[in-house]
Amino acid sequence: MDVVPKWAEVILVPLISLILAALLSALVILAIGEDPIAAVNLMITGALGSTYGWGYTLYYATNFLFTGLAVSVAFHAGLFNIGGEGQAMLGGLGVALACLLIPWPHWTIALLAATVMAGLFGAAWAAIPAFLQAKRGSHIVITTIMFNFIAAAVLNYVLVNLMRPAGSMDPATARFPEAVHLPTLHDILGLVGIEFSRAAPANVTFLIAILACVLVWLLMWRTWLGYEIRSYGKSEPAARYAGISPVAITMIAMLISGALAGMMAINNVMGEAERLVLNAVEGAGFIGIAVALMGRSHPFGVFLAAILFGFLYQGGAELALWTSIPRELIVVIQALVILFTGALDNMVRMPLERIFLMLRRRRDA
Amino acid sequence: MSADGIAGRQETAAPAIELKGISKAFGPVQANKDISIRVMPGTIHGIIGENGAGKSTLMSILYGFYKADKGEIFISGRKTDIPDSQAAISAGIGMVFQHFKLVENFTVLENIILGAEDGGLLRPSLAKARRSLVELAEEYGLNVNPDALIEEIGVGMQQRVEILKALYRRADILILDEPTGVLTPAEADQLFRILGRLREEGKTIILITHKLREIMEATDTVSVMRRGEMTATVKTSETSPAELAELMVGRKVLLRVDKKPATPGDVVLDIKGLRVVDDQKVERLKGIDLQVRAGEILGIAGVAGNGQSELLEVLGGYADGTGEVMLNGHPLALSGTGADGRSRRTQGIGHVPEDRQREGLIMDFAAWENTAFGYHRSDAYKSGLLLNNAAIRSDTEGKMARFDVRPPDPSLAAKSFSGGNQQKIVLAREIERNPDLLLVGQPTRGVDIGAIEFIHQQIVALRDQGKAILLVSVELEEILALADRVAVMFDGHIMGERLSSETDEKELGLLMAGVGS
Repeated sequence: MDVVPKWAEVILVPLISLILAALLSALVILAIGEDPIAAVNLMITGALGSTYGWGYTLYYATNFLFTGLAVSVAFHAGLFNIGGEGQAMLGGLGVALACLLIPWPHWTIALLAATVMAGLFGAAWAAIPAFLQAKRGSHIVITTIMFNFIAAAVLNYVLVNLMRPAGSMDPATARFPEAVHLPTLHDILGLVGIEFSRAAPANVTFLIAILACVLVWLLMWRTWLGYEIRSYGKSEPAARYAGISPVAITMIAMLISGALAGMMAINNVMGEAERLVLNAVEGAGFIGIAVALMGRSHPFGVFLAAILFGFLYQGGAELALWTSIPRELIVVIQALVILFTGALDNMVRMPLERIFLMLRRRRDA
Repeated sequence: MSADGIAGRQETAAPAIELKGISKAFGPVQANKDISIRVMPGTIHGIIGENGAGKSTLMSILYGFYKADKGEIFISGRKTDIPDSQAAISAGIGMVFQHFKLVENFTVLENIILGAEDGGLLRPSLAKARRSLVELAEEYGLNVNPDALIEEIGVGMQQRVEILKALYRRADILILDEPTGVLTPAEADQLFRILGRLREEGKTIILITHKLREIMEATDTVSVMRRGEMTATVKTSETSPAELAELMVGRKVLLRVDKKPATPGDVVLDIKGLRVVDDQKVERLKGIDLQVRAGEILGIAGVAGNGQSELLEVLGGYADGTGEVMLNGHPLALSGTGADGRSRRTQGIGHVPEDRQREGLIMDFAAWENTAFGYHRSDAYKSGLLLNNAAIRSDTEGKMARFDVRPPDPSLAAKSFSGGNQQKIVLAREIERNPDLLLVGQPTRGVDIGAIEFIHQQIVALRDQGKAILLVSVELEEILALADRVAVMFDGHIMGERLSSETDEKELGLLMAGVGS
């Protein structure tokens, strides 16, 4: 029997971790002579106090949803995909090619094509480390990290030498045509009469990300393929006994993972920038790891964690804008949240287990 | 010395070990409940009980791995605290674990001083250890070559090194945890001779085992544990295996398997020249020829690690081999496509693997998910890409009822069931697919006596339906009780085949040790 009940495991552990991270962040803010209460206020009003703030929070959350799901799917197969960053970069390349090469009549078809291209490019970038892991035993953590660097170099080359419009000094593609512009949340919510900020970048991709959550949940818990992925992740000897091919599952899980990471590009490249720039991913691939850890690799948990990190990103940007708290400190706060929710999980869980044990014994006595 | 003299001495001398009211809980599980025990110096005291009865927990408390919630420990009459294993060693307690704690590429001598070196320089320690090793060898008849590498000596020898390690640390009390699990019968007899010698020299020995026969042969007194409690302590000479079994389980048990003579039919499994080379390029099966007929149980006897596991793996489809294997007259793929667990299952081979926790079950999965394991792509359990979770669940409920799995809750994770109930889940899954050939590895390892009876009955029932069964077990008693024919494996070869009605442990034991037929 598990010591800690399920609800505490799922809600209490991340919540306490979060509070600890917040307290420590407060101490750091105090130490540099700023007011932590005011800082929290500013973060909350900046990220959640207006539809403009929400628009940014949800925009970032959309990125993290895709990369978080990507890491989760690989996690279920026992694989640690650190290559979300590179896969998302390549996904951006796929989106740019789809949007620039074909004159789409309507954004819906363009979105479909761009999603497929983003997924294909991301999956292709994950396929090589996956193959090396499955067939040669090269550790996927090492190879996916290295592929992030290779992706950056590839993107650099492609943008500078192949896709840069003639005469432009900027290593970026041309703007996408007007026809492929995605509707923002302002456009969508306007249809049902809700006023939403026009300037915020959150767009229809957020809904696609939610759809991706549902699909990943269906895949993992309702299909035999997800069952095989989870079995393999829990025990390779058992999977082999049951006739589940380690090579096939490694490949399939990593292809799905890479595709999800790649699809992030329809949000940041197609939905926001509307052209492909060099550092389009902005670390979202790495945040995905924290999101998956905090979300316990469950799509619903990933959803909540992605919103939280979206809030931290947007709130942090507001802090940097309006206070003398330096930008670097925002990174420190985000790192503390990652540290506590991801890496120091057991630090919270152990005392919690002890408390529940004590409670149970007192009740039994 | 007269019997009165012994009794008189035992009354006056303080017990070598006395435990008073030891209790230990792990979360909601009460592993030890108010346990008291007295072990007199110069005796062999057996502790017997089913898996999970709390034997190992009790010994871990005595050796300082766990701290008891309540209770006191007295060593030679003095109250002693044992917070860690270092304290246990200085109190004169030595432990020989079931899985040896030896450095494989060190010599015997190096292993013996490991952790007991004096000073920073090795040479004086080694010289000192060499001298005392000679003394110990003379005193107790424990001969080993001090310069042999551990990886080059046999399992029986390695166990002697473990005993010597304890004696070198001046242990007066030796605890042996399931010491015969990896030994051939001859090696086990040798071990018991050594233990007898140690007793004569005044050492106190605690023998933990689940084998009734060893208790009857080797011990002076025996304590029986059941569900964390000490149910009885008796003089071995005044009890019987049947009584001990009843004390362990709490009800009368059938120690013998009730079965009719086999009526073998056609050859179901025909193996010719089967070879398996493992990842380290070591040849594990060196040309095996075997036949299993419908309606018979072929038992594979042998000390663990002589190729039995590889035989099951290659037949189960997850190790590559060469040679010829026919199932009902059709060849089985031994490598490449078709050599996987799923193909084997569709061809009619069921497999109860040797290690149910590593292979047979996903411990974190619920019982119902485990019921589909390996068959999850059969039409009964899926439609298209979707799993038919409802069908699997209701199927699991039926299986749990028919195989008496307790508690009968399909949502409970596999790890929450006892060893016996886990095995019943695996058995139900494999048997109810009605395979032509059932591979069974160590069916009752880590399974409580009550469940052993049931599992044996199920295997015999499958045989009586005319199915072929290949049984691998390191428990000779089990092989002799279940199998109709016995093949003995040694070093990747079949040393010989016998009808189980025409052989005995002694003959099989010789074959197991590689002594030709």
